[in-house]
Amino acid sequence: MTVITGEGAHEAAPPRVTHTEASPGDCSIVARGLTKRFRGGQVAVDDLHLSVPRGSVFGFLGPNGSGKTTTIRMLLGLISPTSGACEVLGRPMPAGLASALPKVGAVVEGPAFYPYLSGEANLLRYDAADPKADPRTARRRVGAALDRVGLGAAAGKRYRAYSLGMRQRLAIAGALLGPRELLVLDEPTNGLDPQGTREVRSLIKEIAADGTTVFVSSHLLAEVEQMCTDIGVMRTGRLVAQGTIADLRAGHAPRVRVETPHPAQAASVLHRLGLARVHTGEDAVEAELGDHAPEVVNAELVGDGVAVRGFTVVRPSLEELFVGLTGEGFDVDG
Amino acid sequence: MSTVETENTASSTPGPANAAPERAGAPAPGAAFPSPPAPAQTTSSPAGGGSRDRLVASPGAVRAVLRLIRSELGLTFRRPRNIAMLIMLACVPVVIGIALKAFGSDDETPTLVTQVAGNGLMLTFLAMSLLVQLLLPLAVGVVAGDSIAGEANAGTLRYLLTAPAGRTRLLAVKAVNIAVFGLAACAVVAASALIAGLVMFPVGPVTLLSGTTVPIMDAMLRVLIVTAYSAVGMAALGFVGLAVSTLTEVPIGAVAATVVTVVFSQVIGAIPQLAPVRPYLLTTWWSSFDGALRDPIATDVMGQGLLVFAAYALVFGAIAWGRFSGRDITS
Repeated sequence: MTVITGEGAHEAAPPRVTHTEASPGDCSIVARGLTKRFRGGQVAVDDLHLSVPRGSVFGFLGPNGSGKTTTIRMLLGLISPTSGACEVLGRPMPAGLASALPKVGAVVEGPAFYPYLSGEANLLRYDAADPKADPRTARRRVGAALDRVGLGAAAGKRYRAYSLGMRQRLAIAGALLGPRELLVLDEPTNGLDPQGTREVRSLIKEIAADGTTVFVSSHLLAEVEQMCTDIGVMRTGRLVAQGTIADLRAGHAPRVRVETPHPAQAASVLHRLGLARVHTGEDAVEAELGDHAPEVVNAELVGDGVAVRGFTVVRPSLEELFVGLTGEGFDVDG
Repeated sequence: MSTVETENTASSTPGPANAAPERAGAPAPGAAFPSPPAPAQTTSSPAGGGSRDRLVASPGAVRAVLRLIRSELGLTFRRPRNIAMLIMLACVPVVIGIALKAFGSDDETPTLVTQVAGNGLMLTFLAMSLLVQLLLPLAVGVVAGDSIAGEANAGTLRYLLTAPAGRTRLLAVKAVNIAVFGLAACAVVAASALIAGLVMFPVGPVTLLSGTTVPIMDAMLRVLIVTAYSAVGMAALGFVGLAVSTLTEVPIGAVAATVVTVVFSQVIGAIPQLAPVRPYLLTTWWSSFDGALRDPIATDVMGQGLLVFAAYALVFGAIAWGRFSGRDITS
């Protein structure tokens, strides 16, 4: 009931795509027909059309193995697409990576650092690899990035001695070394404890508030739901839905569920109040809440002498939506 | 907290002056890379006006490359494994010296070995001729084989490339790093042998292989020539290792393959029936540094050696570039 079908979601996507092709300058990331077929014939990403609006926090969702990381690698010029094209910050990739990537901070497939160097030395190493980073401000920028992820105190400690959560934070710090127009974060909260996850979420919100576009991949719905303005959902290499969270939720009006021994009487009250799609069950009635205040509905029911045993407002979670989109559910698709 | 400002604040006010404080290194997009800049600049990106910036970018681009080379060298010479190899290399001449001092030599014919007892400076040439065949190539092979494959294996390669280090640029920096390490390894051997020779044996004018006797300062100059020649030979091997390193994500495999190439070349070179192949083998020319121990210096032989080294560097450098520039980085 509360799950929209894949077809329904597809219908939501086209307006955004056409809008994008009209003015690609409004998008930080654009992919057109992006396809990656690995040697051996495995199609990791299949005809992907993606547009990430400038300034959005874009949640790139999908089960493990659905092609998220392969897409990110293509966006960052690490692998070349079999067919199709993509643009990052208006530059075609991989041809324009030299001019685009200095403005992009990235965490790709977990942290990777030199174990025998300190956290600070590791970040200086990556900063040295960026031809547009100013060496004179390197230490200050590295220090600021470390402070920002809460690693200031562990800056001098060898990476080898870092915990998984600290390593993840260091990777995020690496993405914040310079002023960025776009952050690409591949599973940024992997390995973090709940508190760390919260911190990363608020950090992302803070960065987004400055106007930076954030493209964050995740297989965790709750996480995306809490921080993203837009989402795209991947399933086995294909994008099955794309749009703003508000759009996706719009297809999902909240519903009231009234448990009562007098369903018929309750249904007539709901009809009278103007609630849509009233569905009468054996000992419960459901209807779309619309703009009605639930407490008013409840008061009307009780005022009319309906014995209300239970009154619930059901707001469909994105989880239900995504399970519908991705079929078997998360962490299942190989 | 907010010292890391976003570019948006800078880019909303056009003009390079505002963006300059944070990223003054190289203002021009694309100019730091050998690859051509973005062909389709369809949108009005805040980094636009590249053609004007590109003209002033080269000093910044050069500085940026130097910075990456410094970082690379720092990494190589801070790495415990590499330090251990250099220490090992430094110990070998000392051990040879002690062995010669303790046991002498029964050999009557004048060789490098017997000459060391008469003149400490000869220990440098002896140590170099022994180490250049296996231990020095081993050390260089480890650093070269690990260069790209090691980064790929650790996953650091993807972060370097998204920095973006640039593939050609990174490969060039790696090649420079290997060459410098090779030079350092040869210099360590020479210095250690020189000091050990001075401490343990009498030192005086050196009698060369050609029978002429030259003063100490002349001999010292020849030590420098030997070290430099050996370093170039090791750099040539470094290019082989670099090429192998781009073929795999398993550093130990690349290291082993590089060292096996050396051993294989030596075996081929030792088979009399395969003598025609010898001039094309890297290993054949390594010991040609003894041309510096003749009077006049055998520049023809050493020149040929340098040509072979250059040819190896060119061929294997091209293989490395061809492989690395278009490869999918999936590690």
